[in-house]
Amino acid sequence: MPEQKLTGAQIIIKALKDQGVDTIFGYPGGAVLPIYDALFQQNDLRHILVRHEQAAVHAAEGYARSTGKVGCVLVTSGPGATNAVTGLLDALCDSIPLVCVSGQVPTHLIGNDAFQEADTTGITRPCTKHNYLVKDVNNLARIMHEAFYVARSGRPGPVLIDVPKDVQFADGIYVPPTEVKHKTYRPQVKPEIARVEEAIELIASAKRPVFYTGGGVINAGPMAAKLLTQFVKTTGFPITSTLMGLGAFPASDAQWLGMLGMHGTYEANLAMYNCDVMINIGARFDDRVTGKLSEFAPGSKKIHVDIDPSSINKNVVVDIPIVGDCGAVLEAMLTMWKARQKRADQAALKDWWKQIEGWRARNCLNYNRTESVIKPQYALERLREALRGKDHYITTEVGQHQMWAAQFLPFDQPNRWMTSGGLGTMGYGLPAAIGAQIAHPEAIVVDVSGEASFLMNMQEIGTAVQYRAPVKVFILNNQYMGMVRQWQELLHGSRFSQSYSEALPDFVKLAEAWGCVGLRATTVAEVDEVIEKMLAVTDRPCIVDIAVDPKENCFPMIPGGKAHNEILLGPEDTPSSATPEDGMVLV
Amino acid sequence: MDESKIEKHTIAVLVDNEPGVLARVIGLFSGRGYNIESLTVAEVNNADHVSRITLVTSGTRMIIEQIKAQLSRLVPVHRVHDLTDEGPSVERELALVKVAGTGEKRIEALRLADIFKATVLDATLTSFVFELTGTTEQVDDFVGLMAQLGLVEASRTGVVAMSKGASGF
Ligand SMILES: Cc1cc2nc3c(=O)[nH]c(=O)nc-3n(C[C@H](O)[C@H](O)[C@H](O)COP(=O)(O)OP(=O)(O)OC[C@H]3O[C@@H](n4cnc5c(N)ncnc54)[C@H](O)[C@@H]3O)c2cc1C
Ligand SMILES: Cc1ncc(C[n+]2csc(CCOP(=O)(O)OP(=O)(O)O)c2C)c(N)n1
Ligand SMILES: [Mg+2]
Repeated sequence: MPEQKLTGAQIIIKALKDQGVDTIFGYPGGAVLPIYDALFQQNDLRHILVRHEQAAVHAAEGYARSTGKVGCVLVTSGPGATNAVTGLLDALCDSIPLVCVSGQVPTHLIGNDAFQEADTTGITRPCTKHNYLVKDVNNLARIMHEAFYVARSGRPGPVLIDVPKDVQFADGIYVPPTEVKHKTYRPQVKPEIARVEEAIELIASAKRPVFYTGGGVINAGPMAAKLLTQFVKTTGFPITSTLMGLGAFPASDAQWLGMLGMHGTYEANLAMYNCDVMINIGARFDDRVTGKLSEFAPGSKKIHVDIDPSSINKNVVVDIPIVGDCGAVLEAMLTMWKARQKRADQAALKDWWKQIEGWRARNCLNYNRTESVIKPQYALERLREALRGKDHYITTEVGQHQMWAAQFLPFDQPNRWMTSGGLGTMGYGLPAAIGAQIAHPEAIVVDVSGEASFLMNMQEIGTAVQYRAPVKVFILNNQYMGMVRQWQELLHGSRFSQSYSEALPDFVKLAEAWGCVGLRATTVAEVDEVIEKMLAVTDRPCIVDIAVDPKENCFPMIPGGKAHNEILLGPEDTPSSATPEDGMVLV
Repeated sequence: MDESKIEKHTIAVLVDNEPGVLARVIGLFSGRGYNIESLTVAEVNNADHVSRITLVTSGTRMIIEQIKAQLSRLVPVHRVHDLTDEGPSVERELALVKVAGTGEKRIEALRLADIFKATVLDATLTSFVFELTGTTEQVDDFVGLMAQLGLVEASRTGVVAMSKGASGF
């Protein structure tokens, strides 16, 4: 092929197209004007103009998580790049593949405290999987392609490319993706077969097994979720998942125990505590999941499948570590299980299920149903019923509503659930919903929100209006930063310091100011009607203000630093003893 | 195995010598709270722009394993070798040591330099600059002795290391 000379800006656009990108989320400024000019002169790549760069990144996350593709972002130098930082770290914590292009002051001004200069690669180094500063236009195409490779390979993550304005103007040589091979980065995808063998033997000998699965299964793609489902069905074992792994195994299945961890179900946490063999597939032993480490599944042998060797033995020492992609490992396990005609110990398994059913009978998600006030759980149960059988995606903000959404909405498929788990970023849900809606224009996309979180990125309603993205913001309005209030109640003597949501806007009027639909429910009887009306809006965003019980707390709850068997089931439970100091310091 | 025992390890890392790579390694250590006792870096293959970082760190076995896993997953890192774990290795440090004094102290400094096989790089009537190559302990000892004989300053490279035998990185 003859060498092609393009400007740096054109190289960026061409590289994006050659990487199969159809949508990019961004916000213009002086240092990216050449790229915006190149965007203007083409029609294949769609640019979604957000209202704040943080939202561009979250929208790209929603796009990426709901499609399995790499999300793309374009921001200007200085404040554009620093506004994107929270989003980048959010994507790093949750292993979401992104490529973010940022503008930079021209090369000769770097280091001069120039207008809108920031040390973007310095600032984002710990917030990205990798980043680049491109000083020579002839490296630009290669770096663009490398960035996509790094973002999606191994443990996915965000990659930033900082491009000085003179490099965007300069002419350079374009190389296609096929000619770029990364020099050093080769994550291990296929597992060591000897390890898989050991794992199969241990699994077959288990008496009280449990699958503990996580976001890694979602990262590995829908095929991995299918293989997981097959393997779990074949063994007949119980399965629980982290917040990030919801949907990889169908929640409607009888083997599903619900989410585990701090706000996980009683049965999931007790199964973890009492298991003899734990099969961790793509989860990272997060502190919100393990609770007190010295009492984490104390009598168990542990298998851990993870593509990132640094996840292994980081928090919890395991017996059989398997480095590899969840899909590849599950396939190897299933094949070997069948070839060796393995069968679980049926008698033991029967006893184990009997014990689990006993825990399940506690009905830990039960709440005080009342006609006098809308319980947030009730609103979500009604939402669940209304969404049944419909093509839908759920995002959330951060707080109690997020945990209730995880507990009460059923996920039967992967890539349908988008939430900020690792960083816990309030303001994530609305832009993520917009990203998911852009990717799936016909589907129903609901952001389950809290009134405080909504205020963090509510400017994005403007974006949704502009692109006719009919996202639904379902605000469980308890007039409190409920999750903060709950911790203050349980751990700080009910001193509700600064957690009351004062001076809230009228959310219905706010919606109307943007030309959207605003709805409100203040009584139990109105909930179904409001949900029905909300789902009927298909041409513009809809903001729903559900006035829920301001005092409701989210249970079950394992207080920080406690073990799985010290779970609180409801307001009548008080912590077995004062939360220890090492628990108090946990977040 | 004693989980809480602190071990000292020498780790060699081959990296692409691209801008920011050292900041990445150092940021990893400071951001995650690992110790760096010494760190040296220089390009070792000019044609391919590959640098070799030698670092000495300490921590529990679990932390040492984490450090190696975290280093390995940095994108520009080619290979990570734990020289402490992977059989016998040799380690050296180079130091420049300035000592000022006259009379008996000056003579004693020169005598000790001879015992340690340090060479004199600069001499005036009242001072010496010694060059010493040795293990960290030898350099520590030498600097410690010079402290009593008019030590002005010391400059040390930190450890460079390599496995013994024919096979390489
Ligand atoms: C208010 C709040 C409350 C929370 N409460 C809970 C709770 O009660 N329960 C809970 O579970 N979480 C809770 N979280 C979320 C928690 O903080 C963590 O984000 C979450 O537990 C981590 O999920 P994970 O272990 O699945 O890991 P992820 O962050 O999803 O990481 C995925 C792991 O899989 C690996 N991986 C990635 N791709 C692959 C692949 N292709 N193949 C193999 N491995 C791969 C990665 O290396 C990583 O180790 C809460 C968060 C908030 C904000
Ligand atoms: C950006 C950011 N700031 C602060 C926090 C700490 N925080 C976690 S939950 C929460 C309250 C959320 O309130 P709301 O959105 O109303 O949700 P609720 O808990 O009431 O359902 C706060 C302040 C956070 N997670 N993110
Ligand atoms: Mg609230």
